[in-house]
Amino acid sequence: MVMHALDRKLLRDFVRLWAQALAIALVLACGVAALLMSFGMYQAMGDSRDAYYERNRFADIWAPARRAPISLLPEIAAIPGIRSAEARTEGLVTLDLPGREETAVGQIISLPISGETFLNVPILRSGRLPDPDSDAEVAVNEPFAIANGYQAGDSFFANINGTRRELTITGTLLSPEFIYALGPGALMPDKEGFAVIWMPERAVQAAFDMTGAFNSLTIGLYAGAREDEVIDQLDAILERYGTTGAYGRDRQISDSFVSSELDQLWTMTIVLPPIFFGVAAFLVNMVLGRIVALERSEIGLLKALGYSNTAIAMHYQMLAVLTAVVGILVGWAFGAWLAHGLATLYAKFFNFPYLIFRGSWSVYAVSGLIGLASAAFGALRVALRAARLPPAVAMQPPAPPRFRRGIIDRTLARLKLSQPMMMIIRSITRWPIRAASNALGLSMAVAVLGAASFFDDALNKMLDTTFNLANRQDAVLIFAENLPEAALDNLKALPGAMQIEGQLSESVLLRNGHLEKHTALEARRPDADLSRVIGGSGRVMAAPPGGLVLSERLAEQLALKVGDDVEVEFLSGRRETVTLPITGTISQYIGLSAYADFEMLNALRRQAPQISVANLTLNEDEKLAFHKALSQMPVLAGTAMLTDMRRSFEDTIQQNINITATVYVVIAVLITVGVTYNSARIQLSERARELASLRILGFSRGEVSFILVGETMLLAVLAQPFGWLVGFGIAWAFTQGVNSDLYEIPLVISPATFARASLIVLLTALASALIVRRRIDRLDLVAVMKTRE
Amino acid sequence: MEQPVFKLSGVTKVYDTGKVKVRALDGVDLELFPHEIAVLLGPSGSGKSTLLNILGGLDQVTGGQVWFRDTELTGMGDRQLTAYRRDHVGFVFQFYNLVASLTARENVQLVTDVSRDPMTPAEALSLVGLEPRLDHFPAELSGGEQQRVAIARAIAKRPEVLLCDEPTGALDSKTGVQVLEALKTVNEQLGTATIVITHNAMIRKMAHRVLRFQDGRIGSVEVNETRIAPSEIEW
Repeated sequence: MVMHALDRKLLRDFVRLWAQALAIALVLACGVAALLMSFGMYQAMGDSRDAYYERNRFADIWAPARRAPISLLPEIAAIPGIRSAEARTEGLVTLDLPGREETAVGQIISLPISGETFLNVPILRSGRLPDPDSDAEVAVNEPFAIANGYQAGDSFFANINGTRRELTITGTLLSPEFIYALGPGALMPDKEGFAVIWMPERAVQAAFDMTGAFNSLTIGLYAGAREDEVIDQLDAILERYGTTGAYGRDRQISDSFVSSELDQLWTMTIVLPPIFFGVAAFLVNMVLGRIVALERSEIGLLKALGYSNTAIAMHYQMLAVLTAVVGILVGWAFGAWLAHGLATLYAKFFNFPYLIFRGSWSVYAVSGLIGLASAAFGALRVALRAARLPPAVAMQPPAPPRFRRGIIDRTLARLKLSQPMMMIIRSITRWPIRAASNALGLSMAVAVLGAASFFDDALNKMLDTTFNLANRQDAVLIFAENLPEAALDNLKALPGAMQIEGQLSESVLLRNGHLEKHTALEARRPDADLSRVIGGSGRVMAAPPGGLVLSERLAEQLALKVGDDVEVEFLSGRRETVTLPITGTISQYIGLSAYADFEMLNALRRQAPQISVANLTLNEDEKLAFHKALSQMPVLAGTAMLTDMRRSFEDTIQQNINITATVYVVIAVLITVGVTYNSARIQLSERARELASLRILGFSRGEVSFILVGETMLLAVLAQPFGWLVGFGIAWAFTQGVNSDLYEIPLVISPATFARASLIVLLTALASALIVRRRIDRLDLVAVMKTRE
Repeated sequence: MEQPVFKLSGVTKVYDTGKVKVRALDGVDLELFPHEIAVLLGPSGSGKSTLLNILGGLDQVTGGQVWFRDTELTGMGDRQLTAYRRDHVGFVFQFYNLVASLTARENVQLVTDVSRDPMTPAEALSLVGLEPRLDHFPAELSGGEQQRVAIARAIAKRPEVLLCDEPTGALDSKTGVQVLEALKTVNEQLGTATIVITHNAMIRKMAHRVLRFQDGRIGSVEVNETRIAPSEIEW
């Protein structure tokens, strides 16, 4: 096949323009990669979750109870909308793992005698299920087994309801209930320190004294069933049996985290890629616009030779398409790499038995199509302009740009600027849209970088508030039952315990009109020093007697403000309802809590002071003995070691931030290079004659370079404030997309973050402009002078 | 006798394009003097422009020596040549080469800002008869006016030499004459040695000397005993 001359021109142009085309292609590649990663991951994770839930019959409703007779089941199953109801016994236990100093925590779940689970069906990953008649065999969740190096046949000790028992692992499981396996009081999954333990029903019932009864109910609904109505009826039935309220998937911890992560991915999908595609389209427009201007007479010639307008428009469109193809291919490769990295990261936190990349090919196709479309869109106007150029006009040289004296000029004249400075400013005011688009492109680079680094500031703020101000204890002991406050005296005898404070936590339903919210109501002595309530500006607050302090998000959700009354329904013991005023709000980043005065809460419950949690500071040297003692403590449901938690939180965050920071710096650099390099090349091309004239007039290379680099840098500097603003906007959008009942990311960006973003972008812009500047040294002064542009 | 502005001895310039070697200048010996207008005539490729570029410090010789007063140009580096152009040489080109974003006054100011003893832009522009057009942008001026701005820009620093490459090449007769008038005024009032390349043989009549180029050499030198005014020139 013979290649048409026009196609040959196309290929040669493309090769000649390789540096500019590559700079554009890389920006486009970022968009394709970001889309591939975030949308691809969103789809894969969403699909995997849905399939996992479906195949393993993830429950729709959970209903806890203290002790309900199994005979209630027929009544419950008869509630309209319920497809299946499964009763089970659960309990928190402390674990003594061979070779591990710290106490670990386990959540025991009963396996039905039949061996067949109806809801939340676990997947057997290795070994076998425990023998239904055994009281020492268990299966554990796979991540726990792997993290601790356990295999079938290994055993460990558990303190079950006050009795130390040796349990033998028969196999490992994964369950849709524990995709995100969070231990009690923990902020992040701890694979080594938190176990999900499946144990035969008979053994669990015997251990927890629950024969003929259950304390946990899982419900599957028919499609279309009204969840809230079912929950109301369940609560009515279980009220007498000490339920703290049935809840749907929205309050199931694992599902909440998975959903929140999906929301984040979705936010990322709609916020980031459009920026890249927009910048790429602008760059295509700018570069192609210049090429068409330079090839004006060629266009006239082609038309005179009989080429159609369509052929000419397509010719320039194809140049954009070729660039896009390069960008898309690079983007796919880069995106696949990023997605792989993200999947590896997710595997640390989320336990899926499989990840379905069902939509894989479609995500590639969608990202590719959007990449093509944005390049074609950028080329559209220019290609049409080329097509519309009448041949007779095209063969004439273009009219010189018209500069006119305006208000800006008169102002500038008064400033007595140097002539090179005037050239820079006039060029900006002569092509304001181009200059603004350039600046906008650069501000996007600053924005992306600022918004990405914002997580660093935000998480630091979260960490600081959560660990340094609010929770200063080393360990938290969570009791299976409330204890009299006097029990704290006994705890003081624990080896290594230095300071001990108690706290009472009650499960409550807060109500304001039709708005209601399940939450924990926490109460501490006003002089509590370890776990404290932190108000705005880091001030320590104590909930005054006679009122409640709410976290701001909770108050917002309930449409409450300071001074309003809120109805408080206690969900345990005597399920009484009281009305209390809101006396203050605090910003709380993790969880949604309400706080009350310790004396008041106990008085409301009509009980002598009780505690459900103890906070301690520890002497590091006696840690071993401390944990030894804990593993024998009967009343303990769980422990949280804050020192460890803080460290692993910091490590994880630091690691993630290092990865994301690198990726975003690369992205910001690519955008900056794309914009600056291309605009400087175009300026040089437009100004070659002027700059050569100046050289001939005796201006030095440095002076002439100032004009070229100066305009680029002036625009880059002007772009910064807007970049900060947009960055702040993106960060805001992220916080809005991410905020949930689980946590809130504070919108804090330190000036240093923006300064760093600006520095990176400005230095990159300078480097790109200087690369183009080298061409000034190679200007052929004589040739430039001899020819008419 | 007056000291020459330029003294060239045995200057050769060879363009090596790889396959072909072109001898643009082939042993030129020449002296050019202050206060004189010298016109270089000759067919395309005879070496006129090459000579002008070498005199202006835009190009280097292959062999021979070029002296500007007591300074040898041959062998100067880029930095020194830039300084030489800035301080001593004025250029006028066929295609004006004005900066589109600067007004007439500002185009001249480009030069006066970096010169040691310049006249004001207004003085320079009035010398070429453009006082009323001081604040116009190039796009608002005719070709002849633009060329006169270029001349004003070239002479504003009071250069010792003014090098003109086809200054009227893009102009019609009427505006061309205005440009030639401007060159003559500058030569008479400032005593600037003016070297003009042209294809237009009529222009020779206003010169003090006419140098004819042929194949990279000076074929003949003709001294005009009686010069005519630009207004009498027609083409």
